[in-house]
Amino acid sequence: MSDHYYDPHDLARFAEIGENQPELAKKFFEWYGAVFQDGALSAREKALIALAVSHAVQCPYCIDSYSKDCLRKGADLDQMTEAVHVAAAIKGGATLVHGIQMRNRAEKLSM
Amino acid sequence: MSAPATKSLLSRSLPLAQAHQQRAILRALSLARELDAALAGAGLWPLTAARIDTMQINVGKLCNQTCRHCHVDAGPDRTEVMSRETMELCLDALSRTSIPNVDITGGAPELNPHFRWLVAECRRLGRHVMDRCNLTVLLSPSQQDLPELLAEHRVEVIASLPHYARLSTDRQRGEGVYERSIRALRRLNEVGYGDGTSGLRLVLVTNPVGAFLPGDQAALEREWRRELAARAGVRFDALYCITNMPISRYLEWLIDSGNLEEYTGELVRSFNPVAAAGVMCRSTISIGWDGTLYDCDFNQMLELPVSASAPRHVRDFDLAALERRTIEVDRHCFGCTAGAGSSCGGRTT
Repeated sequence: MSDHYYDPHDLARFAEIGENQPELAKKFFEWYGAVFQDGALSAREKALIALAVSHAVQCPYCIDSYSKDCLRKGADLDQMTEAVHVAAAIKGGATLVHGIQMRNRAEKLSM
Repeated sequence: MSAPATKSLLSRSLPLAQAHQQRAILRALSLARELDAALAGAGLWPLTAARIDTMQINVGKLCNQTCRHCHVDAGPDRTEVMSRETMELCLDALSRTSIPNVDITGGAPELNPHFRWLVAECRRLGRHVMDRCNLTVLLSPSQQDLPELLAEHRVEVIASLPHYARLSTDRQRGEGVYERSIRALRRLNEVGYGDGTSGLRLVLVTNPVGAFLPGDQAALEREWRRELAARAGVRFDALYCITNMPISRYLEWLIDSGNLEEYTGELVRSFNPVAAAGVMCRSTISIGWDGTLYDCDFNQMLELPVSASAPRHVRDFDLAALERRTIEVDRHCFGCTAGAGSSCGGRTT
């Protein structure tokens, strides 16, 4: 047991998640691999989306992984930074738009 | 982050400038497996030469740029350049064979005072000639007419450009290199290179700007074609993706940035038996500025000449013996066998 929650070496051990449920893991990893193939979106566009989502879900494993993947697929730091801003804008906007719910509630309760 | 300037390892008098130091650093690494075992597992041990289709001539280490990833440790301070006499030995060897391709590299090969003569003589022998060009050299005052000369001799231009955008290019090659590279590419386009119909072939070469393997070459080529046309109006025929070899100035950067173990580990984990079977050293002979024979340009920089079973200088060139030789391999060779494979012609699988 490590004395902290995240360990960079654990990323390379991801496949161990299949040890108790190999069939479920097999399905997951096959689907995961298929998702990132070139399709209507290019593999590079998908990597940039994955990088943005990694920040939104604040997964350090995913950030390490997709930072390298984006570079390999030809994205540069300008493009990757813009992708992170997209994630930040959605997270910020999602927080702020809930303010309308707050306002609705407050207005209903207030004289 | 701006691009830090660099100078050659030699000019900084660093121990890493010595080939034996570089080999010692690689040998001291803890790797998951050795290359001979990996090759044996692929049925390729010992690795042997095949028919030689390319004579690669490194005409010297002099260069107008000092790129941070350079495996040659080239730069403006380097004085090692091939003499006309050694070129004559290369041409004599070439004339006694039917090797179809001559790949001229450096440094910036165009800065060798005998470069133009060498190109003309190779063409006179009827061989296909490739010039490994860093692009910015074409803007040097002494080289203004070079695009026309290359076109006249139907030379294939293989030009380095790390990325289609300024940011990554300047980080690897120095401030302002992107703008000058684009100007040089436009000059090549103007004389017919890259138009797809003239037969004047223009290939771009990209090395990853960092500690990672190249991406899918075909996908990157599509993106580069679209982006360079839109951003700069530049055309080209093909894109080669080349893996950075952990030697020389790239090795220095790997050490300084704390990436050496992870990067070499990834090269080893990514060993691909199909790529190993297609490594370019099997079909190439590499000639150093002083006429010494090597299996490839990387072995040349690590001062690992061809096997003693074959002649080791171009004056003693013996094609049959060279095509029977065993290739000299060491840990750096994992760079050519990783992933989709890597060679001077891009991916090998």
